[in-house]
Amino acid sequence: MSIPAQTDAFASHLPRGFGLAQYGACLTGIMLREGLRFLNQRERFISSLVRPLLWLFVFAAGFRQVLGVSIIPPYKTYVLYEVYITPGLAGMILLFSGMQSSLSMVYDREMGNMRTLLVSPFPRWFLLVSKLLAGVAVSVVQVYVFLAIAWFWSVKPPVIGYLLVLPALVLAGMMLCSLGMLLSSMIRQLENFAGIMNFVIFPMYFASSALYPLWRIQESSPLLFHICQANPFTYAVELIRFALYGRIDWASLAVVCGFTVLFLGGAILAYDPAKGLLSRKRDTGGNG
Amino acid sequence: MQKRPTSVAIMLATVFCGGLLGTRPAEAFMAYVSNEKDNTVTVVDTASGTVVKTLPVGQRPRGITISHDGKFIYLCASDDDTIEVIDTETLQIVDTLPSGPDPELFVLSPDGKTLYVANEDDNLVTVIDIESRDVLAEIPVGVEPEGMGISPDGKTMVNTSETTNMAHFIDTDSHEITHNVLVDSRPRFAEFKPDGSEVWVSAEIGGTVSVIDNASREVKHKITFEIAGLRSEAIQPVGVRITADGKKAYVALGPANRVAVVDTATYKVEKYVLVGQRVWQLAFTPDQKTIISTNGVSNDITFIDVASDEPVQSVTVGAMPWGVVVSPK
Repeated sequence: MSIPAQTDAFASHLPRGFGLAQYGACLTGIMLREGLRFLNQRERFISSLVRPLLWLFVFAAGFRQVLGVSIIPPYKTYVLYEVYITPGLAGMILLFSGMQSSLSMVYDREMGNMRTLLVSPFPRWFLLVSKLLAGVAVSVVQVYVFLAIAWFWSVKPPVIGYLLVLPALVLAGMMLCSLGMLLSSMIRQLENFAGIMNFVIFPMYFASSALYPLWRIQESSPLLFHICQANPFTYAVELIRFALYGRIDWASLAVVCGFTVLFLGGAILAYDPAKGLLSRKRDTGGNG
Repeated sequence: MQKRPTSVAIMLATVFCGGLLGTRPAEAFMAYVSNEKDNTVTVVDTASGTVVKTLPVGQRPRGITISHDGKFIYLCASDDDTIEVIDTETLQIVDTLPSGPDPELFVLSPDGKTLYVANEDDNLVTVIDIESRDVLAEIPVGVEPEGMGISPDGKTMVNTSETTNMAHFIDTDSHEITHNVLVDSRPRFAEFKPDGSEVWVSAEIGGTVSVIDNASREVKHKITFEIAGLRSEAIQPVGVRITADGKKAYVALGPANRVAVVDTATYKVEKYVLVGQRVWQLAFTPDQKTIISTNGVSNDITFIDVASDEPVQSVTVGAMPWGVVVSPK
């Protein structure tokens, strides 16, 4: 990483004497690495799209309510089921992608790449946030490709919605990626990851408003309804759903922001060599 | 966390743009919806999509239309055997017209002076002079008359009879039937093309719209409908409206919960627009930018954007909305 010669006015305010430019270079480096990794794994890109598209084309076709889904906000009129689940599937992309990037952290740790990253002189939180943003950027690109394909499947939110959904996607992506990061700090080996995925991803996905309106769940089981209400993924999906139709769901926005701070704080703590969980696992943390 | 301030800024921008989106640019008109089951008329502001007022009216209100100057609403109170006249300023019932028994649907002559009323139970079409409130004629037609259409020149009136399955062409001067055209089962509605060249007659059970040539008085084309995933019996065409430029027709398809958009040149269905349950009648706003459907079972009306043919919004009205008419505010 090259350090530009010029002195930065902000340098004195930043720890360890780095300027903004250096921080920028570090962030760019991490993002480029994540981007390159993504581009080099085309099957990962395709598989990340196949999953939501299968849900859209096959599952939604099976569940298609030809006579329309009842009106619930933010929809102002009747919509078809494929229109209803599209924001949930965008959330699913973010969820899987967030978990995948945390999976890559476990892999990095096992392979020793993580050490290269973590011995960097930049503050640990900055490295983690950079890694997080890199993961989010990649998943947001995936969501947009998915939305573009869905457009041809007659899922056509207002044009402005495509713009307004961006901050919602970034925020929801940050929440889910930081959850993944927090989880990854607790996992000793790559093999353990699958189990955790099943215990986290699927319950989060199914016990949410991604696939069915919550009033339907409330009709069948009040307990399940409360579980769905306690699920942060529900709020991520609703935030995306409202933003895609040009509206803000303030409650979801607050919940998503709150959980992002919580998960990210947890992950930063967990990866802090002085206090974190990582120190306890150092002997299993890499063979490279 | 460097990106946080940026995200906050974007969210604020979202708030701002979201606020902008909330306002619809459309001009404000008033839509009047007759609610068959709870004996009311709901007044809806078409710009904001909000219910302005709900008026109690006579029993079983169905057919609804408006005087050309927008001052009076005419409403078929079917079970009260009368036509009520509502002042659009005061929203009070100011008069009634002698309609004959069980008026269901009517049409106003282009000069705004005469009402032609279908009396469902008596197999009659009653002709009423609005100003003098006199019944000018009672024309015997087929069994269960319903659909009423009038040519743009006001010379020909078409009535459809649900059980006889015919469109009766009536000369408005002599009040005599000149032609009977057989159409498909249970014809519900007749609509002239704005140039007067064709009459479109929907058949509820037959599931078709017959296009009748007004010169030869013969069916020149039959439009059929097909919606993936729906039984053909669920497709029951009722209300028909044709744009003022004569290029597009909208057909309400009853329990199919859809309005079909038909190209009037090719008679091809271009699109099916999803609306509420059991869509019945349709009305354009005067600027022709929006068409409104009444959805009887879901108790709401749906606004469809005419340029994009996308459903924009549904608004809850009274019980079993039947007919709708729009006037300038």
